[in-house]
Amino acid sequence: MHNGHSEPNLKIAGLSCVRGDRVLFSDLSFSLATGELLHLKGRNGSGKTTLLRALAGLMLPESGEILWCGEDIRRMREEYSRHLLYLGHLNGIKGDLSAVENLRVSAILNGHRLSESRAWEVLGEIGLQGHEDLPSKHLSQGQKRRVALARLLISPARIWILDEPFTALDVAAVELLQAVISRHIEHQGIAIVTTHQEVAILSEHTRTLSLGHDHA
Amino acid sequence: MLESLYWVIRRDLTIALRRRSDIFTTLIFFMIVVSLFPLGIGPEPDTLRLIAPGVVWVGALLASMLALEQLFSADHRDGTLEQMLLTPQPLAPLVIGKVVAHWLVSGLPLVLISPLLGLQYDLPWEGLRALIISLLLGTPTLSLIGAIGAALTLGLRSGGVLLALLVLPLYVPVLIFGAGAVEATLSGLGGDAHLRMLAAILVASLVLAPLAIAAALRVATD
Repeated sequence: MHNGHSEPNLKIAGLSCVRGDRVLFSDLSFSLATGELLHLKGRNGSGKTTLLRALAGLMLPESGEILWCGEDIRRMREEYSRHLLYLGHLNGIKGDLSAVENLRVSAILNGHRLSESRAWEVLGEIGLQGHEDLPSKHLSQGQKRRVALARLLISPARIWILDEPFTALDVAAVELLQAVISRHIEHQGIAIVTTHQEVAILSEHTRTLSLGHDHA
Repeated sequence: MLESLYWVIRRDLTIALRRRSDIFTTLIFFMIVVSLFPLGIGPEPDTLRLIAPGVVWVGALLASMLALEQLFSADHRDGTLEQMLLTPQPLAPLVIGKVVAHWLVSGLPLVLISPLLGLQYDLPWEGLRALIISLLLGTPTLSLIGAIGAALTLGLRSGGVLLALLVLPLYVPVLIFGAGAVEATLSGLGGDAHLRMLAAILVASLVLAPLAIAAALRVATD
């Protein structure tokens, strides 16, 4: 795609992150090809979220490089963002807007249009029938999470970075999300996921990385 | 790019209209501050006419600062700011969208109510006109400069006080030329030169402030 690389891939080389004066992890290196899922493990405070934020380009690592198709993501921020979908602890939805409005604004800002009817359809798929045009602040925690996750169904992004996507979800939603992630991987996507729940997103393409006392 | 600018403005305006109380807080604060002076100083028309430009402009400064804190903090809390930083387009235009929406709900109402407040100070028609035009050119600059401060103090404890300390000194040129325009008009010198300076400051901050705001937002979410 770029620089003559035939397969797009995400490569992390010698990455170190520091919070305050505590080293969370240092000299972390790995690479992910399309069709692979990385399950990031580690106890609380081991730096999972920090790593994900660094991979999304939200946080500057202390040292090291993150390369997408051989190019540093800091030098191609907008181009990289086109391939990226990041879902953090915060849902990134506005309480005063309805689920439909939230989803449509998010789609437009990410550079693709979403018709109102399609937005209703997607929200139905994610299990929010009957709640599509309520102000999101009246939704339950799990429903808000679903609104945020609806972005997965409309996003053309290659790389998904999901920070604890299963929190607050009920059993049905967990299953749905697992299926969505598996489909993404099958379609040559890349996913990086942290979760404390034992879920079986985990196909033969899953790799795990443990942060904490024993680095990688 | 223009489309996302339009959507950011539309989104923020929709939210502002659904929580109208925020708009009225700023506006009523402005009206009260400006109305306190005649009550305190006494109904001497000559004195009032003399202090009118300064009082209205200081009131506008304080009111616009009052609304600033909310500019990015709500987006910061619910994660939409994070998502905005990750969109595949330059951040500066999106930031302009946010500031424009903010000005429409916090600055424009001040401009519209100002002639009424000017009447309390016995301002003649030319004075009122100069007041409106100077506020129209000056308040967007206040929003732009203030947004830099709001972005820099994002996520800090007691950010509100710090914001005031950061931003108020930067408001000084706008205050001088804004109040100066009205004074010059009242004294018969004509306020055109002042108004042109205000317009120049507005253009300069429209170009430079979004870059500073965008950079400050990236630091704040780091």
